[in-house]
Amino acid sequence: MGAHYLATGFGWNLIRDIQAQFQYAFMQHAYTAGAIVAIVAGVVGYFVVLRSLSFAGHALSHIGFAGATGAVALGVNPIYGLLVFMVGGAVGMGALGKRIYGRDVVIGIVLAWMLGLGVLFLSLYSGYATEAYALLFGEILGISQTDVIVTLVAGVVTLAAIAIMFRPLLFASVDSDVAEARGVPVRLISILFMVVLAISVSEAVQVVGVLLIFALLVTPPAIAERLTARPGMAIVLSVLLALLFTWVGLFVSFYLPYPVSFFITTLAFVTYLVVRSWIYLRQRFTKLSPATV
Amino acid sequence: MINNQVGERIITGTKEKQPRELTVSLQDAAVQLENHQIWNNADINVEQGEFIAVVGPNGSGKSTLFRVLLGMQTLRQGQVRVLGETPRRGNQAIGYVPQRRSFDTDVPIRGRDLVMLGLEGLNWGFALPGPAQHRRQQLVEETLTAVEATAYADRPIGKLSGGEQQRLVLAQALISKPRLLLLDEPLANLDLRNQIAIPQLVARLARANAATVLLVTHDINPLLPVVDRVIYIAKGKMVIGKPEEVITTSTLSRLYDAPVQVVKDINGRLFVVGLEQETAHPHEHDEH
Repeated sequence: MGAHYLATGFGWNLIRDIQAQFQYAFMQHAYTAGAIVAIVAGVVGYFVVLRSLSFAGHALSHIGFAGATGAVALGVNPIYGLLVFMVGGAVGMGALGKRIYGRDVVIGIVLAWMLGLGVLFLSLYSGYATEAYALLFGEILGISQTDVIVTLVAGVVTLAAIAIMFRPLLFASVDSDVAEARGVPVRLISILFMVVLAISVSEAVQVVGVLLIFALLVTPPAIAERLTARPGMAIVLSVLLALLFTWVGLFVSFYLPYPVSFFITTLAFVTYLVVRSWIYLRQRFTKLSPATV
Repeated sequence: MINNQVGERIITGTKEKQPRELTVSLQDAAVQLENHQIWNNADINVEQGEFIAVVGPNGSGKSTLFRVLLGMQTLRQGQVRVLGETPRRGNQAIGYVPQRRSFDTDVPIRGRDLVMLGLEGLNWGFALPGPAQHRRQQLVEETLTAVEATAYADRPIGKLSGGEQQRLVLAQALISKPRLLLLDEPLANLDLRNQIAIPQLVARLARANAATVLLVTHDINPLLPVVDRVIYIAKGKMVIGKPEEVITTSTLSRLYDAPVQVVKDINGRLFVVGLEQETAHPHEHDEH
């Protein structure tokens, strides 16, 4: 919870710093789990932005929150509640297919209620504050070895699913009418992708929590898309950015007494601003340059 | 019945003597959507290699006709055959360009990638570099050259103009060498220059690939130089014939059951007068 402020101070020899951090098992787990989550979020996030599912992804994490808090209220491991509710929500939204456009009002209403349910479940159980905090904001520094293994397995499954679906998924995301006419099972892919999203969101919740999912799932691919139109390149860039934000955020939080997720999200946000400003300025100045007239 | 007069005409004498294979054939076909008869008694035969314009007011069922041919809509009555078989989804021999508002400006895909999807978007997995992929990339390059889109094929597709996007989606439909091309209002939102250039491009490429073309449009005039016959759909009836036979005062008045007049200007362009009430359909109709 929060960050650990340790006596071993920061020095400019970064290698030595990293070695010092790696002395601690919890840091090793944090870097590993963080890396897996970042890679998955970078890949899945690319399609989330492409399919305009950012809001649906957000809603899923709130639905998961209700599931997780409900699970704890029942005395069960929250991750199960998280997954069950999320997969249920995912199938429901996936089945809507293209009709999800313009449904943001309905989704918003449902997710608001989910948060309300979550608050109810929280109140049913006192001494609950730390669990709630972890679910909402992430608890990357409290990850055990088992958690790392589970995250790894979920990550491999998710990436394998995306790899198998890759071309039809891209086709259906960019051009669903033509894809459908050509025989791509658009509806099935929509549902499968939402389920994949549910699994990746439930992983990412560990790192940045329910409320800050966008930092890893949306911001890195959004930045990548501004820089390149080639799908392969955009995904690679998205993954690298997500990794960068996660690891640097983690590294910095070791020395400062503020939550990890704050650093991760701030890094993401600042990078986004910088990239967009740079693109804007570049466009303005190439217009002024006589060579392009 | 108008259908019998025009639909049964045999195309004789001009080019080949033996009848060409029928690409599309409708017999006494009818379609119903939500208890609403869209069209009925449709008897249409399209021969291989023909360039057919599909014309009619909004809501008359032009897009529905395409959906029937693509196997996405079943007939209430009658028979339909496409390329000699019952229509089915995912027929690789049909190239389809749906009615489209333009791509979102933010869509981060290159035209080149879009065309490549037309070739391999159906295969599972992702493409690994190698000789097969190289050949596919060459085919994409050739198709892009054929539609004259090489100059902007690597820019994000959302940032291109209507005419440029239209050439790219055409390339996507053409790359799998279809025998039947279904183009749903490809000329909407295009400037006049492209409204004339695109049909000529389509006609040229279709001839080169021995493909049949059905093109839905609101304005027949840019197509007059390249079109063989016209399918006119209005008020639940469907007629096929040469433009000078179908787009006439007598034929259209009978179709619409209203005093409609066809006026020809000195350049040979056709204008239909008296349809103000017919075309006042809201644009949100699914069937066109």
